[in-house]
Amino acid sequence: MKPRPFDYVRPDSVDEAVAVLAEHGEEARVLAGGQSLVAMLNLRLADPAVLVDITRIAALDEIYDLGDRIEVGAAVTQNRLLAWPRLADKLPLLAAALPFVGHFQTRNKGTVCGSVAHADPSSEIALSLAVLAGEVVLRSQRGTRVLAAAAFQKDMLTTAREPDELITAVRFPVMSGRGVAFREVARRHGDFAIIAVAALVEDKAAVRLGVGGMSGRPVVRHIATADGSAARDTIDGMALELQGYEDLHASAAMRRDLLRRLGPVVIDEAIRCAA
Amino acid sequence: MRRIAKDQRVRIRLTLNGRAAAAEAEPRLLLSDFLRHGLGATGTHVGCEHGVCGCCTVLIDGAAVRSCLTFAVQAEGCDVRTAESLAGPDGTLNPLQQAFQNHHALQCGFCTPGILMSFTDYLERNPRPSEAEIREVLSGHLCRCTGYAGIVSALLEAAGHRQSSEPRSKS
Repeated sequence: MKPRPFDYVRPDSVDEAVAVLAEHGEEARVLAGGQSLVAMLNLRLADPAVLVDITRIAALDEIYDLGDRIEVGAAVTQNRLLAWPRLADKLPLLAAALPFVGHFQTRNKGTVCGSVAHADPSSEIALSLAVLAGEVVLRSQRGTRVLAAAAFQKDMLTTAREPDELITAVRFPVMSGRGVAFREVARRHGDFAIIAVAALVEDKAAVRLGVGGMSGRPVVRHIATADGSAARDTIDGMALELQGYEDLHASAAMRRDLLRRLGPVVIDEAIRCAA
Repeated sequence: MRRIAKDQRVRIRLTLNGRAAAAEAEPRLLLSDFLRHGLGATGTHVGCEHGVCGCCTVLIDGAAVRSCLTFAVQAEGCDVRTAESLAGPDGTLNPLQQAFQNHHALQCGFCTPGILMSFTDYLERNPRPSEAEIREVLSGHLCRCTGYAGIVSALLEAAGHRQSSEPRSKS
Protein backbone atom coordinates (compact mmCIF):
# COMPACT_ATOMS: atom_id res chain seq x y z
CA MET A 1 0.00 0.00 0.00
CA LYS A 2 2.97 2.31 -0.49
CA PRO A 3 4.12 3.50 -3.92
CA ARG A 4 7.32 2.25 -5.48
CA PRO A 5 10.11 4.86 -5.46
CA PHE A 6 9.95 7.56 -8.14
CA ASP A 7 11.78 10.77 -8.99
CA TYR A 8 9.74 13.85 -8.14
CA VAL A 9 9.81 16.94 -10.34
CA ARG A 10 7.82 20.10 -9.64
CA PRO A 11 8.10 22.49 -12.59
CA ASP A 12 7.29 26.17 -12.14
CA SER A 13 6.04 26.73 -15.69
CA VAL A 14 4.33 24.92 -18.54
CA ASP A 15 7.55 25.18 -20.59
CA GLU A 16 9.48 23.41 -17.84
CA ALA A 17 6.75 20.77 -17.53
CA VAL A 18 6.71 19.89 -21.23
CA ALA A 19 10.53 19.83 -21.23
CA VAL A 20 10.46 17.22 -18.46
CA LEU A 21 7.81 15.23 -20.35
CA ALA A 22 9.89 15.42 -23.55
CA GLU A 23 12.88 14.12 -21.60
CA HIS A 24 11.15 11.19 -19.91
CA GLY A 25 8.23 10.32 -22.21
CA GLU A 26 6.36 7.19 -21.16
CA GLU A 27 8.43 6.87 -17.99
CA ALA A 28 6.77 10.00 -16.60
CA ARG A 29 3.28 10.58 -15.22
CA VAL A 30 1.69 13.97 -14.68
CA LEU A 31 0.46 14.52 -11.12
CA ALA A 32 -2.30 17.08 -10.64
CA GLY A 33 -4.87 16.40 -7.89
CA GLY A 34 -3.75 12.80 -7.64
CA GLN A 35 -7.15 11.52 -6.54
CA SER A 36 -6.95 8.64 -9.02
CA LEU A 37 -3.22 8.53 -9.71
CA VAL A 38 -1.96 8.42 -6.11
CA ALA A 39 -4.47 5.69 -5.27
CA MET A 40 -3.11 3.74 -8.27
CA LEU A 41 0.46 4.39 -7.11
CA ASN A 42 -0.36 3.23 -3.58
CA LEU A 43 -1.94 0.06 -4.97
CA ARG A 44 1.02 -0.28 -7.36
CA LEU A 45 -1.26 -0.30 -10.37
CA ALA A 46 0.91 2.50 -11.78
CA ASP A 47 4.68 2.54 -11.61
CA PRO A 48 6.17 5.67 -13.19
CA ALA A 49 9.88 6.47 -12.93
CA VAL A 50 9.16 10.19 -12.73
CA LEU A 51 6.22 12.10 -11.28
CA VAL A 52 5.70 15.58 -12.70
CA ASP A 53 3.72 17.68 -10.21
CA ILE A 54 1.97 20.51 -12.10
CA THR A 55 -0.10 21.83 -9.19
CA ARG A 56 2.10 24.84 -8.53
CA ILE A 57 2.11 26.16 -12.09
CA ALA A 58 0.11 29.35 -11.58
CA ALA A 59 -0.78 29.69 -15.29
CA LEU A 60 -2.69 26.38 -15.12
CA ASP A 61 -4.78 27.42 -12.11
CA GLU A 62 -7.19 29.66 -14.03
CA ILE A 63 -10.75 29.59 -15.34
CA TYR A 64 -11.06 31.72 -18.50
CA ASP A 65 -14.34 32.91 -20.00
CA LEU A 66 -13.65 32.81 -23.75
CA GLY A 67 -17.18 33.96 -24.62
CA ASP A 68 -18.60 30.89 -26.34
CA ARG A 69 -16.44 28.51 -24.28
CA ILE A 70 -15.13 28.26 -20.73
CA GLU A 71 -11.52 27.17 -20.45
CA VAL A 72 -10.55 25.35 -17.27
CA GLY A 73 -6.81 25.05 -16.57
CA ALA A 74 -5.13 21.79 -15.59
CA ALA A 75 -4.57 22.75 -11.95
CA VAL A 76 -8.17 23.90 -11.29
CA THR A 77 -9.85 21.65 -8.74
CA GLN A 78 -13.36 20.29 -9.13
CA ASN A 79 -14.56 22.21 -6.07
CA ARG A 80 -13.09 25.43 -7.43
CA LEU A 81 -15.08 25.06 -10.67
CA LEU A 82 -18.16 24.10 -8.63
CA ALA A 83 -17.79 27.33 -6.64
CA TRP A 84 -17.21 29.47 -9.77
CA PRO A 85 -19.99 32.09 -9.56
CA ARG A 86 -20.97 31.89 -13.24
CA LEU A 87 -21.09 28.08 -13.41
CA ALA A 88 -24.88 27.64 -13.16
CA ASP A 89 -25.44 30.26 -15.85
CA LYS A 90 -22.69 29.31 -18.31
CA LEU A 91 -22.31 25.58 -17.75
CA PRO A 92 -25.53 24.27 -16.16
CA LEU A 93 -24.63 20.68 -17.04
CA LEU A 94 -21.39 20.91 -15.05
CA ALA A 95 -23.29 22.52 -12.17
CA ALA A 96 -25.53 19.45 -12.16
CA ALA A 97 -22.79 16.85 -12.67
CA LEU A 98 -19.93 18.06 -10.47
CA PRO A 99 -21.63 17.32 -7.13
CA PHE A 100 -21.55 13.64 -8.17
CA VAL A 101 -17.77 13.65 -8.71
CA GLY A 102 -16.20 11.80 -5.80
CA HIS A 103 -16.69 13.41 -2.42
CA PHE A 104 -16.35 16.95 -1.04
CA GLN A 105 -12.91 15.94 0.25
CA THR A 106 -11.65 14.51 -3.07
CA ARG A 107 -13.10 17.42 -5.08
CA ASN A 108 -10.99 19.74 -2.93
CA LYS A 109 -7.91 18.31 -4.60
CA GLY A 110 -9.05 16.42 -7.68
CA THR A 111 -8.85 18.46 -10.87
CA VAL A 112 -11.28 18.84 -13.75
CA CYS A 113 -8.58 18.08 -16.33
CA GLY A 114 -7.19 15.19 -14.30
CA SER A 115 -10.53 13.45 -14.45
CA VAL A 116 -10.60 13.87 -18.23
CA ALA A 117 -6.98 12.67 -18.47
CA HIS A 118 -7.65 9.60 -16.35
CA ALA A 119 -10.51 8.63 -18.71
CA ASP A 120 -12.48 6.40 -16.39
CA PRO A 121 -15.50 5.16 -18.37
CA SER A 122 -17.88 6.32 -15.64
CA SER A 123 -16.34 9.79 -15.19
CA GLU A 124 -18.97 12.49 -14.83
CA ILE A 125 -16.63 15.20 -16.15
CA ALA A 126 -15.56 13.25 -19.23
CA LEU A 127 -19.24 12.53 -19.91
CA SER A 128 -20.16 16.22 -19.57
CA LEU A 129 -17.28 17.22 -21.86
CA ALA A 130 -18.47 14.69 -24.45
CA VAL A 131 -22.13 15.76 -24.29
CA LEU A 132 -21.15 19.42 -24.63
CA ALA A 133 -18.76 18.55 -27.50
CA GLY A 134 -15.91 20.23 -25.66
CA GLU A 135 -12.20 20.26 -26.38
CA VAL A 136 -8.94 19.17 -24.79
CA VAL A 137 -5.86 21.40 -25.16
CA LEU A 138 -2.54 19.54 -25.34
CA ARG A 139 0.89 21.14 -25.19
CA SER A 140 4.29 19.68 -25.96
CA GLN A 141 7.59 21.02 -27.17
CA ARG A 142 6.28 20.18 -30.66
CA GLY A 143 3.46 22.70 -30.24
CA THR A 144 -0.17 22.90 -29.17
CA ARG A 145 -3.05 20.85 -30.48
CA VAL A 146 -6.71 20.95 -29.64
CA LEU A 147 -8.73 17.73 -29.79
CA ALA A 148 -12.48 17.27 -29.72
CA ALA A 149 -13.61 15.31 -26.66
CA ALA A 150 -14.73 12.46 -28.91
CA ALA A 151 -11.26 12.23 -30.48
CA PHE A 152 -9.49 12.50 -27.11
CA GLN A 153 -10.95 9.63 -25.09
CA LYS A 154 -10.34 6.41 -27.02
CA ASP A 155 -11.35 3.76 -24.55
CA MET A 156 -11.24 2.76 -20.90
CA LEU A 157 -8.30 4.70 -19.34
CA THR A 158 -6.96 5.27 -22.85
CA THR A 159 -6.64 8.65 -24.54
CA ALA A 160 -5.02 10.27 -27.58
CA ARG A 161 -2.48 12.08 -25.41
CA GLU A 162 1.10 11.42 -26.53
CA PRO A 163 3.66 10.71 -23.78
CA ASP A 164 5.34 14.10 -24.24
CA GLU A 165 2.07 16.04 -24.09
CA LEU A 166 0.59 17.92 -21.15
CA ILE A 167 -3.13 18.61 -20.99
CA THR A 168 -3.08 22.32 -20.18
CA ALA A 169 -6.84 22.89 -20.24
CA VAL A 170 -10.26 21.64 -21.27
CA ARG A 171 -12.87 23.86 -22.90
CA PHE A 172 -16.59 23.52 -22.30
CA PRO A 173 -18.97 25.21 -24.78
CA VAL A 174 -21.28 27.68 -23.03
CA MET A 175 -24.89 26.47 -22.81
CA SER A 176 -26.66 29.31 -21.00
CA GLY A 177 -30.40 28.79 -20.65
CA ARG A 178 -30.39 25.31 -22.21
CA GLY A 179 -32.31 22.49 -20.58
CA VAL A 180 -29.95 20.00 -18.97
CA ALA A 181 -30.16 17.12 -16.55
CA PHE A 182 -27.71 14.70 -14.98
CA ARG A 183 -28.28 11.57 -12.95
CA GLU A 184 -26.28 8.56 -11.98
CA VAL A 185 -26.63 5.36 -10.02
CA ALA A 186 -23.88 4.46 -7.55
CA ARG A 187 -23.70 2.25 -4.47
CA ARG A 188 -23.00 5.29 -2.32
CA HIS A 189 -23.13 8.98 -3.26
CA GLY A 190 -19.69 9.86 -4.59
CA ASP A 191 -18.68 6.32 -5.53
CA PHE A 192 -17.93 5.41 -9.12
CA ALA A 193 -21.13 5.62 -11.13
CA ILE A 194 -22.48 2.28 -12.25
CA ILE A 195 -24.06 4.29 -15.01
CA ALA A 196 -24.34 8.03 -15.52
CA VAL A 197 -26.77 9.76 -17.89
CA ALA A 198 -26.70 13.37 -19.07
CA ALA A 199 -29.18 15.13 -21.34
CA LEU A 200 -29.05 18.45 -23.17
CA VAL A 201 -32.08 19.85 -24.98
CA GLU A 202 -31.23 20.75 -28.61
CA ASP A 203 -34.64 22.15 -29.57
CA LYS A 204 -38.32 21.28 -29.16
CA ALA A 205 -37.90 18.05 -31.09
CA ALA A 206 -34.43 16.80 -30.19
CA VAL A 207 -32.13 16.07 -27.26
CA ARG A 208 -28.51 15.07 -26.89
CA LEU A 209 -28.18 12.08 -24.61
CA GLY A 210 -24.85 11.06 -23.10
CA VAL A 211 -24.20 7.80 -21.29
CA GLY A 212 -21.23 6.90 -19.12
CA GLY A 213 -20.46 3.50 -17.62
CA MET A 214 -21.87 1.47 -20.52
CA SER A 215 -18.70 1.15 -22.57
CA GLY A 216 -15.05 2.20 -22.50
CA ARG A 217 -15.88 5.83 -23.09
CA PRO A 218 -18.84 8.20 -22.98
CA VAL A 219 -21.41 7.67 -25.74
CA VAL A 220 -23.40 10.62 -27.09
CA ARG A 221 -26.47 10.34 -29.30
CA HIS A 222 -28.77 12.91 -30.84
CA ILE A 223 -32.30 11.70 -30.37
CA ALA A 224 -35.29 13.18 -32.16
CA THR A 225 -37.91 13.19 -29.44
CA ALA A 226 -40.30 15.54 -27.71
CA ASP A 227 -40.23 13.69 -24.38
CA GLY A 228 -38.67 10.81 -22.48
CA SER A 229 -41.26 8.15 -23.19
CA ALA A 230 -41.06 8.71 -26.96
CA ALA A 231 -37.32 8.00 -26.72
CA ARG A 232 -37.78 4.61 -25.05
CA ASP A 233 -37.21 2.54 -28.19
CA THR A 234 -34.08 4.50 -29.12
CA ILE A 235 -32.69 4.11 -25.60
CA ASP A 236 -33.52 0.41 -25.62
CA GLY A 237 -31.60 0.15 -28.90
CA MET A 238 -28.66 1.95 -27.32
CA ALA A 239 -28.66 -0.45 -24.37
CA LEU A 240 -28.63 -3.47 -26.67
CA GLU A 241 -25.99 -2.01 -28.94
CA LEU A 242 -23.64 -0.87 -26.15
CA GLN A 243 -24.15 -4.11 -24.18
CA GLY A 244 -22.64 -2.68 -21.00
CA TYR A 245 -19.94 -4.49 -19.05
CA GLU A 246 -19.68 -6.49 -15.87
CA ASP A 247 -17.59 -5.41 -12.90
CA LEU A 248 -17.64 -5.65 -9.12
CA HIS A 249 -20.61 -3.31 -8.87
CA ALA A 250 -23.04 -4.47 -11.52
CA SER A 251 -23.67 -6.97 -14.28
CA ALA A 252 -23.97 -5.88 -17.91
CA ALA A 253 -27.69 -6.72 -17.79
CA MET A 254 -28.17 -4.47 -14.76
CA ARG A 255 -26.37 -1.64 -16.59
CA ARG A 256 -28.65 -2.05 -19.62
CA ASP A 257 -31.67 -2.02 -17.36
CA LEU A 258 -30.51 1.09 -15.52
CA LEU A 259 -29.99 2.90 -18.83
CA ARG A 260 -33.49 1.95 -20.00
CA ARG A 261 -34.99 3.31 -16.80
CA LEU A 262 -32.80 6.34 -16.27
CA GLY A 263 -32.64 7.56 -19.90
CA PRO A 264 -36.28 8.70 -20.26
CA VAL A 265 -36.29 10.22 -16.75
CA VAL A 266 -33.21 12.33 -17.48
CA ILE A 267 -34.61 13.46 -20.86
CA ASP A 268 -37.87 14.57 -19.21
CA GLU A 269 -35.93 16.37 -16.51
CA ALA A 270 -33.88 18.27 -19.10
CA ILE A 271 -37.02 19.24 -21.03
CA ARG A 272 -38.73 20.44 -17.83
CA CYS A 273 -35.60 22.41 -16.97
CA ALA A 274 -35.69 24.08 -20.42
CA ALA A 275 -39.37 25.06 -20.06
CA MET B 1 11.97 23.69 -10.53
CA ARG B 2 12.10 21.27 -7.60
CA ARG B 3 13.73 17.92 -8.44
CA ILE B 4 14.17 15.12 -5.93
CA ALA B 5 15.65 11.76 -6.92
CA LYS B 6 13.78 8.66 -5.79
CA ASP B 7 16.35 7.62 -3.18
CA GLN B 8 17.07 11.14 -2.00
CA ARG B 9 15.86 12.20 1.42
CA VAL B 10 15.17 15.90 1.69
CA ARG B 11 14.06 18.09 4.54
CA ILE B 12 10.38 19.02 4.13
CA ARG B 13 9.28 22.15 5.94
CA LEU B 14 5.67 23.05 6.53
CA THR B 15 3.45 24.68 9.12
CA LEU B 16 1.72 22.12 11.31
CA ASN B 17 -1.11 23.45 13.46
CA GLY B 18 0.35 26.94 13.41
CA ARG B 19 3.94 26.01 14.19
CA ALA B 20 6.91 25.48 11.89
CA ALA B 21 7.71 21.79 11.51
CA ALA B 22 10.24 19.84 9.47
CA ALA B 23 11.40 16.27 8.90
CA GLU B 24 13.13 14.24 6.23
CA ALA B 25 11.24 12.47 3.49
CA GLU B 26 11.85 10.71 0.20
CA PRO B 27 9.50 11.58 -2.67
CA ARG B 28 7.23 8.55 -2.24
CA LEU B 29 6.44 9.26 1.43
CA LEU B 30 2.74 9.94 1.89
CA LEU B 31 1.74 12.99 3.91
CA SER B 32 -0.19 10.71 6.29
CA ASP B 33 2.99 8.77 7.12
CA PHE B 34 5.06 11.96 7.25
CA LEU B 35 2.70 13.43 9.84
CA ARG B 36 2.64 10.30 11.98
CA HIS B 37 6.19 8.98 11.68
CA GLY B 38 8.13 12.09 10.70
CA LEU B 39 6.43 14.64 12.92
CA GLY B 40 4.86 12.39 15.56
CA ALA B 41 1.40 13.82 14.95
CA THR B 42 -0.52 10.61 15.45
CA GLY B 43 -3.92 12.28 15.68
CA THR B 44 -4.26 11.64 11.95
CA HIS B 45 -5.35 8.05 11.44
CA VAL B 46 -4.55 5.86 8.46
CA GLY B 47 -7.25 3.53 7.19
CA CYS B 48 -7.38 2.36 3.60
CA GLU B 49 -4.46 4.24 2.05
CA HIS B 50 -6.22 4.66 -1.26
CA GLY B 51 -8.54 7.55 -0.62
CA VAL B 52 -11.75 5.69 0.13
CA CYS B 53 -12.24 5.75 3.91
CA GLY B 54 -11.41 9.38 4.79
CA CYS B 55 -9.73 8.60 8.16
CA CYS B 56 -6.59 10.50 7.19
CA THR B 57 -8.35 13.74 6.17
CA VAL B 58 -6.38 16.87 7.12
CA LEU B 59 -6.57 20.51 6.09
CA ILE B 60 -4.01 21.75 3.59
CA ASP B 61 -4.21 25.53 3.26
CA GLY B 62 -7.70 25.30 4.73
CA ALA B 63 -9.09 22.60 2.40
CA ALA B 64 -9.98 19.13 3.71
CA VAL B 65 -8.09 16.51 1.71
CA ARG B 66 -6.97 12.90 1.99
CA SER B 67 -3.42 12.92 3.36
CA CYS B 68 -2.92 9.39 1.97
CA LEU B 69 -3.41 10.75 -1.56
CA THR B 70 -0.86 13.51 -1.05
CA PHE B 71 2.90 13.18 -0.91
CA ALA B 72 4.70 14.95 1.91
CA VAL B 73 6.78 16.86 -0.63
CA GLN B 74 3.57 18.29 -2.12
CA ALA B 75 2.72 19.87 1.22
CA GLU B 76 6.10 21.61 1.35
CA GLY B 77 5.57 25.19 2.56
CA CYS B 78 1.84 24.63 3.13
CA ASP B 79 -0.32 25.24 6.17
CA VAL B 80 -1.35 21.81 7.45
CA ARG B 81 -3.92 21.34 10.20
CA THR B 82 -4.78 18.10 11.94
CA ALA B 83 -7.12 17.01 14.71
CA GLU B 84 -4.49 18.08 17.25
CA SER B 85 -5.30 21.70 16.39
CA LEU B 86 -8.94 21.57 17.46
CA ALA B 87 -8.97 21.55 21.25
CA GLY B 88 -7.80 24.53 23.28
CA PRO B 89 -4.36 24.55 24.95
CA ASP B 90 -5.94 23.37 28.21
CA GLY B 91 -7.68 20.50 26.43
CA THR B 92 -11.08 22.18 26.22
CA LEU B 93 -12.95 20.63 23.33
CA ASN B 94 -14.04 22.96 20.55
CA PRO B 95 -17.78 23.08 19.74
CA LEU B 96 -17.50 20.44 17.00
CA GLN B 97 -15.59 18.06 19.27
CA GLN B 98 -17.97 18.79 22.16
CA ALA B 99 -20.93 17.94 19.92
CA PHE B 100 -19.29 14.59 19.12
CA GLN B 101 -18.91 13.89 22.82
CA ASN B 102 -22.47 15.00 23.57
CA HIS B 103 -23.92 12.58 21.01
CA HIS B 104 -21.57 9.67 21.63
CA ALA B 105 -20.49 10.07 18.03
CA LEU B 106 -16.99 8.68 18.48
CA GLN B 107 -17.80 5.01 19.04
CA CYS B 108 -14.37 3.40 18.47
CA GLY B 109 -12.94 6.78 17.47
CA PHE B 110 -10.84 5.61 14.54
CA CYS B 111 -12.64 7.56 11.82
CA THR B 112 -13.32 10.58 14.05
CA PRO B 113 -10.25 12.79 13.34
CA GLY B 114 -10.93 12.70 9.60
CA ILE B 115 -14.60 13.59 10.03
CA LEU B 116 -13.71 16.44 12.39
CA MET B 117 -11.28 17.90 9.84
CA SER B 118 -13.74 17.56 6.94
CA PHE B 119 -16.40 19.45 8.85
CA THR B 120 -13.91 22.02 10.15
CA ASP B 121 -13.48 23.00 6.48
CA TYR B 122 -17.09 22.45 5.40
CA LEU B 123 -18.79 24.34 8.25
CA GLU B 124 -16.44 27.24 7.60
CA ARG B 125 -17.80 27.49 4.05
CA ASN B 126 -21.38 26.55 4.85
CA PRO B 127 -22.10 27.19 8.57
CA ARG B 128 -25.80 26.18 8.40
CA PRO B 129 -25.98 23.11 6.15
CA SER B 130 -29.10 20.99 5.84
CA GLU B 131 -29.09 17.39 7.06
CA ALA B 132 -28.88 16.26 3.42
CA GLU B 133 -25.80 18.42 2.88
CA ILE B 134 -24.24 17.07 6.07
CA ARG B 135 -24.87 13.51 4.97
CA GLU B 136 -23.39 14.20 1.56
CA VAL B 137 -20.12 15.49 3.03
CA LEU B 138 -20.15 12.62 5.53
CA SER B 139 -20.36 10.18 2.60
CA GLY B 140 -16.64 10.87 2.14
CA HIS B 141 -15.98 8.93 5.34
CA LEU B 142 -16.44 5.32 6.33
CA CYS B 143 -17.29 4.43 9.92
CA ARG B 144 -16.72 0.74 10.51
CA CYS B 145 -18.73 0.81 13.72
CA THR B 146 -21.56 1.22 11.19
CA GLY B 147 -23.58 3.63 13.28
CA TYR B 148 -23.79 7.01 11.58
CA ALA B 149 -26.78 8.16 13.65
CA GLY B 150 -24.68 9.61 16.48
CA ILE B 151 -22.31 11.26 14.03
CA VAL B 152 -25.19 12.89 12.14
CA SER B 153 -26.73 14.09 15.44
CA ALA B 154 -23.43 15.61 16.49
CA LEU B 155 -22.99 17.34 13.15
CA LEU B 156 -26.55 18.67 13.28
CA GLU B 157 -25.75 20.17 16.67
CA ALA B 158 -22.50 21.66 15.38
CA ALA B 159 -24.47 23.13 12.46
CA GLY B 160 -26.86 24.79 14.91
CA HIS B 161 -29.87 22.58 14.21
CA ARG B 162 -30.07 21.14 17.68
CA GLN B 163 -29.77 22.52 21.14
CA SER B 164 -26.54 21.33 22.60
CA SER B 165 -27.07 19.01 25.49
CA GLU B 166 -25.35 19.84 28.77
CA PRO B 167 -21.64 19.29 28.39
CA ARG B 168 -20.58 16.68 30.87
CA SER B 169 -18.44 18.11 33.62
CA LYS B 170 -14.93 16.81 33.79
CA SER B 171 -13.66 15.52 37.09
